[in-house]
Amino acid sequence: MAEVIVYRKRGFVSLLMLMLAIALCFGGYALTHLNQYGALTGDWFVVPAAFGGIALVVWLVIVWRLPYADPLLLPCVVALNGIGLAMIHRLDLATDPPMKSAELQLMWVAISAALMCLLVVFLRDHRRLQRYTYVWFVAGLVLLLMPLLPVVGSENHGARIWIRIGQFSFQPAEIAKIILSIAFAAYLTEKRDVLALAGHRFLGIDFPRARDLGPILIMWGASLLVLVFQKDLGTTLLFFGLFVMMIYVATERPSWALLGFLMLIGMGVLGYTLFDHVKVRFGSWLDPFANYDQNLQVINAQFGFAWGGLFGTGWGLGRPYLTPLAKNDFISAAIGEELGLFGLFAVIMIFALIVARVMRAALAAREPFGKLLAAGLAFVFALQVFVIIGGVTRLLPLTGLTTPFVSQGGSSLVANYLLLGLMVTITHQGRRPHVDVSPDEYVSLAGDATQSMSAVAPRGAVSSATRSRPQDDVNEALGPRPDPADFEAPTELVGRDGQGAPRPAAGMAGPGAAGVGAAGASVARPPEAGAEAPTEVVGVAGPNRDPGADAPTEVVGGAGAARPRPSAWADYDGDDGEATQALDPVDIPRKDEEDPR
Amino acid sequence: MNGPIRKVSVVVMIMFLALMLNSSYAYVFRTDALTNDPNNRRVRDAQFGTDRGDILVGNTPVVTSKPSNDRYEYQRVYSQAPLYAPVTGYYSFLYGSAGLEQSQNQALSGAGDAQFLQRMVDLATGKKPTGASIQTTLDARAQRAAYRALNGRPGAVVALDYSTGEVRAMVSTPSYDPNSLATHDLDAAQKNWTSLNKDSDQPMLNRAAKNVYPPGSTFKVVTSAAALESGMNENTSIPAPASYKLPNSTAVIKNAGSCGGAQISLKQALQVSCNSAFAGLGVRLGDGAIRKQAEAFGFGKTQLSDIGAVPSRFPEKPDAAQTAMSAIGQFEVAATPLQMAMVAAGVANDGVVMDPYIVSQVRGADLSVLSTRSPRQLSRAMSAQNARQLKDMMINVVQNGTGRRAQVSGVTVGGKTGTAKSDGRRPPYAWFIAFSDNPQVAVAVFVQDSGATTAETSGGRFAGPIAAAVIEALR
Repeated sequence: MAEVIVYRKRGFVSLLMLMLAIALCFGGYALTHLNQYGALTGDWFVVPAAFGGIALVVWLVIVWRLPYADPLLLPCVVALNGIGLAMIHRLDLATDPPMKSAELQLMWVAISAALMCLLVVFLRDHRRLQRYTYVWFVAGLVLLLMPLLPVVGSENHGARIWIRIGQFSFQPAEIAKIILSIAFAAYLTEKRDVLALAGHRFLGIDFPRARDLGPILIMWGASLLVLVFQKDLGTTLLFFGLFVMMIYVATERPSWALLGFLMLIGMGVLGYTLFDHVKVRFGSWLDPFANYDQNLQVINAQFGFAWGGLFGTGWGLGRPYLTPLAKNDFISAAIGEELGLFGLFAVIMIFALIVARVMRAALAAREPFGKLLAAGLAFVFALQVFVIIGGVTRLLPLTGLTTPFVSQGGSSLVANYLLLGLMVTITHQGRRPHVDVSPDEYVSLAGDATQSMSAVAPRGAVSSATRSRPQDDVNEALGPRPDPADFEAPTELVGRDGQGAPRPAAGMAGPGAAGVGAAGASVARPPEAGAEAPTEVVGVAGPNRDPGADAPTEVVGGAGAARPRPSAWADYDGDDGEATQALDPVDIPRKDEEDPR
Repeated sequence: MNGPIRKVSVVVMIMFLALMLNSSYAYVFRTDALTNDPNNRRVRDAQFGTDRGDILVGNTPVVTSKPSNDRYEYQRVYSQAPLYAPVTGYYSFLYGSAGLEQSQNQALSGAGDAQFLQRMVDLATGKKPTGASIQTTLDARAQRAAYRALNGRPGAVVALDYSTGEVRAMVSTPSYDPNSLATHDLDAAQKNWTSLNKDSDQPMLNRAAKNVYPPGSTFKVVTSAAALESGMNENTSIPAPASYKLPNSTAVIKNAGSCGGAQISLKQALQVSCNSAFAGLGVRLGDGAIRKQAEAFGFGKTQLSDIGAVPSRFPEKPDAAQTAMSAIGQFEVAATPLQMAMVAAGVANDGVVMDPYIVSQVRGADLSVLSTRSPRQLSRAMSAQNARQLKDMMINVVQNGTGRRAQVSGVTVGGKTGTAKSDGRRPPYAWFIAFSDNPQVAVAVFVQDSGATTAETSGGRFAGPIAAAVIEALR
């Protein structure tokens, strides 16, 4: 097992895979035309060619700005989007005269790709997003609840999840999904220690303090509101699931997951007993054939799957247009019919691949915010795929969600391309090797650390800082009751993955990253390097700093994702005293002064 | 945080696995049912233009596919359409199929399991697949006689070979022309469908098997069977008051005429169809015994899967008064003509009810036999000895009682009349169930509206002769 993983720029591999993905779109178009008309008619290649062009531009932008980004994410997305585009075109041809949804969808792809490029170019480092926790929160909740507003909100297909302004309608929940992921990640990065450690133990479960519970209850309430007034099971499931998962990851407390799961079940039971439409959904899930007219859509999708069988009827040879909403919610049924069970599996596997890549990025991310954000985005993405494809294939009750990148729909495309933008940004940050830092900066940082070191020791000094830094809370919370269990967790963490900010270190004295810094130092550097550790800590634990500034951390670690030997860990364990010293949270506040936080 | 992230990743992996497992499960276990679902337009359309097999009555195809020169290659043609429509059903592009066209779809379209080899051969030789043909048990003479005897009045006739269960006749009037729905002119098909569905005479309803009606006095055969099975015999004397006061009620059941005494034999009660005697008998036997007897004849279950007959019913928890009403075939007792034919058949066949069927053979396009149906026993409804007693009682009804109009010279006929009066808004239903020793056939006749006044309507008068005509036709 390699001890040090150095990621390379994989731009060329990415380009090859991208070509393959674009070829899928061309193939879908060509086969559809051949099967429908017996020849390649007219300018069939225009849309796939334009689509390919857009994909190449996005690739260029990523290679330019984020050269270390995961090479597979973009090709996977392009493959899904291309298959979706071809399928929408194929469904267009079913009407006479043919509709132009695919062209419209292409326009939205262009818009989404442009927005994503802007995000990639101007964001570069996802940690900048961490500053605006409460802004994100408010924005996310507003977006989520917007369809309930009297004028702009609009009901469609029985769910009030749209806002309509003039000609344009928009599903704000798609964007809210991303914004709330950021908000949760930022909030939980700050509060996770408090949530995990402070509170009362009751019936063997640790319950948090009431004031820390606030946001969670707000989220639960918002989910309930969505369920009650927007009649949208899918969105409710998505957001609450996301929230529960992130709080579990942040606190590492299974009791949170359990609590959230129970609340979700409670919500489901409540919904089932109170609302007829929920009952209808369950009915059409368990026994759709009891009522053909009402469950026409689900039943037709089943017929489509049966008609397609294992290998599908082939592009343009099935009749997926018999299923209502085949271009939107039920596009997976169209894929299952014309590309068969294998085609559907392939699409599911591409989704799984995206999720797996981002989950890996979460494991390898160097700071908690990136970890939480990556894991959250991956999970919410996976959950959406699961809920909608599960609904179409009768694994779950049907809920109205789009199939990311595949379904027709502007808001969905915009949101998911922005999601992709965040994902590549995080993977880039996680994979790129450390950069040598100019001596000047190095020195100056070291100076900062040295200066502030002494200020830390007295508790008063810390709490006097007028910032709502996590460290403050942590110190308060941890002072009286350090939890030994927490000291072990980091060992595993750093030992395996070697990234920053293990929480336990924080438990001891301050920002967790220090632990890594110290540990890294003891492994990879000569003893005297220990003195520099604090500096490096700043890089890791200070999520607010400029992207460039985290470089030192990597210097310490020795490589992008250095994996200290177990022996190094032994060192660390034995060096608690030293680590504590090195760790003082001191320097971080300093950097904050530069932050507009 | 990596620990939880790993666990979450595992959860996500399980979610994706679940998606694929569920889809695989659906492919393996649900595809057949979905493909054979009559509402599945994909399958229906793909099959619509294929060369479907014939449906034969005797040696004559009554339904066949003829080449046509429009967008579908073959047109379904129904000869003697209204006569056989309740059995054959229709095969329409827009409205799916019904009857044998629906239940035998797999064989007719060539998609049945037995035709697998043929399909492979066709695939290899590039020949278009052809469907198998369906041989029915129907007898053209009986069918025509029943149809003619009903003479356009709403009603139904079912004739069963009681020794095998073969359906010899199944007629429901008024009927319709399946050609009008099978036409490739879809606009016309749509118009015809709409007008057929609007018609208050319900021409597309198969009254012989798809709807239940109060059987009236024909149900007294079931009550008599229960009485015999409980240990009585045809000479057991039962009270026959002029009117029977229902228990716990002020209502009374009256008789059409004198039953012939205050105490009469069971045989006499059946001969004159004595309401008060059977009402009292029903209360004495209890609803449980009668229900058990009815179910032994086939009540409560769907019969004749080829057509999908609806189950006939006997009320679940009647009180004493309702039991009295039920014993004479009123209250909530309701039966299909097919079921009442099965009652007569069970009695005639020494107590053994044969499982009725209408498809005797499925033959491939090359006339090879793909499957043959052999007679099956459905149940034993009565002991042979009791059945013979009841048989004598029913013969007595035709010879000396209310069923005289069903006599056929040279044939021993047994039967029972029924006249189901109800709220007075609709005309009474005229029923007759009968059997004959030669031919071995059991017949149920149901006339929904005899066209006569309420006072004049009776099962013996309107339904009896139709039964006789069917028996005559089968000689």
